[in-house]
Amino acid sequence: MVETLEHSSPLQRKQSQGTVASLAAVNKSYGGVRALRGINFQVRAGEVVALLGPNGAGKTTAVKLLLGLLQPNGGKVRVFGGDPVNPENRMRTGAMLQVGRVPETLRVREHIDLFSSYYVNPMPCGEVLAVTGLEKLSDRKFGELSGGQKQRVLFALAICGNPDLLFLDEPTVGLDVEARRMLWDEIRQLVQRGKTVLLTTHYLQEADALADRVAVINKGEIVTEGTPAEIKAQTAGKKIRCITRLSFDVLRRIPGVMEVKHDREAVELHTAQAELAVRELLSRDSQLSGLEVSSAGLEEAFLALTQDGSRRGTESN
Amino acid sequence: MSTAGMALNNASIVRSPQETAKIYLQEAKYEFLKNLRLRMYTASVLSFPIMFYVLFGLVLNAKEAIGGTRVPTYLIATYGTFGVMGASLFGTASGLSSDRGLGWLQVKRASPMPPFAYFAAKVITSMIFSTIIVLALFLLGFAAGGVRMPLSEFAGLLGTLVAGSLPFSAMGLALGYFTGPNSAPATINLIYLPMSFCSGLWVPFMFLPKVLKQIALVLPPYHLSQLALGIVGAGSHQASSTHWEVLLAFTMICLGVARIGFQRDQEKMYG
Repeated sequence: MVETLEHSSPLQRKQSQGTVASLAAVNKSYGGVRALRGINFQVRAGEVVALLGPNGAGKTTAVKLLLGLLQPNGGKVRVFGGDPVNPENRMRTGAMLQVGRVPETLRVREHIDLFSSYYVNPMPCGEVLAVTGLEKLSDRKFGELSGGQKQRVLFALAICGNPDLLFLDEPTVGLDVEARRMLWDEIRQLVQRGKTVLLTTHYLQEADALADRVAVINKGEIVTEGTPAEIKAQTAGKKIRCITRLSFDVLRRIPGVMEVKHDREAVELHTAQAELAVRELLSRDSQLSGLEVSSAGLEEAFLALTQDGSRRGTESN
Repeated sequence: MSTAGMALNNASIVRSPQETAKIYLQEAKYEFLKNLRLRMYTASVLSFPIMFYVLFGLVLNAKEAIGGTRVPTYLIATYGTFGVMGASLFGTASGLSSDRGLGWLQVKRASPMPPFAYFAAKVITSMIFSTIIVLALFLLGFAAGGVRMPLSEFAGLLGTLVAGSLPFSAMGLALGYFTGPNSAPATINLIYLPMSFCSGLWVPFMFLPKVLKQIALVLPPYHLSQLALGIVGAGSHQASSTHWEVLLAFTMICLGVARIGFQRDQEKMYG
């Protein structure tokens, strides 16, 4: 393990400014449906970047293009400066995709053994099992595993070749909280070894927990890009709840207020600047009571970013 | 973009021929293990020809002869063909259509696996199961049906039947590319069972109605079974080269169809 660390860090420093994978003005349509609309996106060496978006936003399509499983209708897809289908590139990438059925009669160890054999410098099987927490399950057949364990096997197959670049397509979809956290820990361990990771997710929380950089994608376009903190700042307003005599019309005209709604006997305001709104409220209604100010939830912030798009669009897988 | 930096460990990622050979072996080994542990596969593919042989060749008609060839010997050729055909069709088509339709093949394609290793593993596995079936028939016939033949005849019969796995594996690949994961087993049975009957694998060819005899001439299992029967002295009057030619042509057509499916998959995306 120490060896791997020493081995990977000079490489990482050398590449730290480099673009490892990129989509440049890429279009992709299925039949008449445009899954990606002139998308520009880069993955830089050594970073963990999350493509965040609702179902059907085009996340899986982007990953499959970068893996060379799909060809774009327009634009350029590059991985390690070349075509993603190059065998040398495949040797340096690992992928965790959404799979309907994995051969169920093979044991965990056998799956790993087979995938490791595809790579020239694979991780030792014992190390893969240790990193993914599958040691005790290595003799189980795939079909006998729980959902979370199955995802960890797929993750193990993605990393067993000791790749420089890792694609994780919705790695924790459908997992319970505990299984999700476990996989997050494993992904973090990998990141510490200097791997570059592109993950897609529709959980803002997941992007926040793992990524250095987040690109929000919706309806085949990148809506915004930045650090998780920047993304949250862009969207995260405050929620003010209070009991007031003021009418909806008045409340709506308070500067910074984006939304007003009833919440039982009280009203709920969404605002970008809570301080300003609270000052206004108190000065206009001296009898105002039950004042609460809270952060808008992460998921709400994310919804605000992708709002009008989430309803239509195509299935991304 | 530091593409120069990216190229730095390219030298170490070229595979040696031995390493490539090892991948083919591993792929075949695990494909075999996968099917061996699949009760659906072993139960239908292994047990049906063996059960039929025991029933019709050993229990019921063991003392009879068809055109001078004893029934237990005759039926090794026909149920052998039946078994080889089943092992090969199910071994290739159902796995391929489900791997394709349910995303597993994409995981493999995204890896550095040599694409041909995947198909080779399926064909090799089909041949191994074919060998197991034919040997089991021989063993039963030898032990309980008094089947005796010169070693050269045994080798010829075994070799012919196992080689006969190739056209049906090719057919399975073609079917695997043009059936869905759920419809594949039914589609295979729909082709496999009538074809077996019309080719005289269940009822000896000479007892088939005239119309079916005409149809049989275009069916690959008929030609494989005639080759096998020819070795034990019960073949039709046609030259064996004709049978081989038909099987070869059939194999090429199926591989062509499979290739169309393969290329279509490269361009298209599946769920």
